[in-house]
Amino acid sequence: MYEIAYHRPSTLAEAEALFAAAGEGRYLSGGMTLLPTMKQRLAAPSDVVDIGRLAELKGVTATADALSIGAGVTHADVARSAEVAGAIPALAALAGQIGDPHVRHRGTLGGSIANNDPAADYPGAVLALGATVETTRRTLAAVDFFQGLFTTALEEGEIVVRVTFPIPAKATYVKFPNPASRYAMAGAFVAVLKDGSVRVGITGAGQDGVFRSEEMEAALAADFSPAALDAITIDPSGMLSDMHGSAVYRANLVKVMAKRAVAAIG
Amino acid sequence: MPAINITVNGTPRAAEVEGRTLLVDFLRDGLGLTGTHIGCDTSQCGACVVHLDGKAVKSCTVLAAQADGLDVVTIEGLATGDRLHPVQAAFHVHHGLQCGFCTPGMIMAAVDMIERYGADLDEATIRHELEGNLCRCTGYHNIVKAIQAAADEIAGARQAAE
Repeated sequence: MYEIAYHRPSTLAEAEALFAAAGEGRYLSGGMTLLPTMKQRLAAPSDVVDIGRLAELKGVTATADALSIGAGVTHADVARSAEVAGAIPALAALAGQIGDPHVRHRGTLGGSIANNDPAADYPGAVLALGATVETTRRTLAAVDFFQGLFTTALEEGEIVVRVTFPIPAKATYVKFPNPASRYAMAGAFVAVLKDGSVRVGITGAGQDGVFRSEEMEAALAADFSPAALDAITIDPSGMLSDMHGSAVYRANLVKVMAKRAVAAIG
Repeated sequence: MPAINITVNGTPRAAEVEGRTLLVDFLRDGLGLTGTHIGCDTSQCGACVVHLDGKAVKSCTVLAAQADGLDVVTIEGLATGDRLHPVQAAFHVHHGLQCGFCTPGMIMAAVDMIERYGADLDEATIRHELEGNLCRCTGYHNIVKAIQAAADEIAGARQAAE
């Protein structure tokens, strides 16, 4: 890793000021992606602004209709939060499947969605549930936030503050982890919202990162059963293809994960 | 250069480090605590696991500056004098190692999972919880046995103390 200037501000305003003054700044939350990337010299920021301890990014609150999670809350804390388990148990289960226990102790919700790795778990849930992403500058709908591989609507210096998830009637997340890296090769977050509509968020597989399958949603709205997805074909031309699995393989895997998720919800 | 104050195995330590200094390098090169190993350098193998404020973390993926003001426990901090920690003793009894390279991380991960799960720790959970610790010798069976035995012993001792 190249040498960096390390900063640890005590407020979001101070963090944004430090970032603005930096030559090439990066925010550091849990660091579970950024630090390995810097060690490989794929990223070489001049300044690292550590927002990992900011109290403004912590806290989990639930109302009857919505669950709000601070961007700085770790995966481990989401996985064992009584509020999350009570409001959206599928989200607690999802957080408990990210990486490994040591990674979950450091990695955060905000870091995951700001990075928008195509194989990350959280974006599928954020998109499927139609969550809203509150930043230091504005509030964004999930559909506007995610903009392709490793790309989001975040502007230079903007920080994700919290994510608010509408509480669904029921939901579940099923993924197929790569046997070696454990990253999702395809993951399906299937939710039935309180208004009865069905949402399917797919992660791990798409060339443009996380996406919703409106075709699957329509089929499931008419008949919420795994068999309802039998007739659907996911177009391989939009799928990732690499040494772990071809686009055709992934297209099939997306359907299998979605069917398993529907079967698990019941 | 950031000035840091870290409590390591109960001893307060003050140092100046580079911003880029990893916690594992500070422990090994700065403090001579070479029990914490560097296996893969890509955050996968878990040989570098230490406890940061009571939570298992990969010290190759934490900056020393991020640990400023916090409490670190390494493999050297587990035993009490000549008396091994129950998890260390169980790895010895159950032959939970061959080359031993992964062992410090395995043991720190095991202590962490036993603290979180207590008496509820079963074999399937142990195997799942070891997802972030790679061993290329043992095939994991004796590691799992050792962790189960230590968890049972610690749970038994806690019950007896109550």
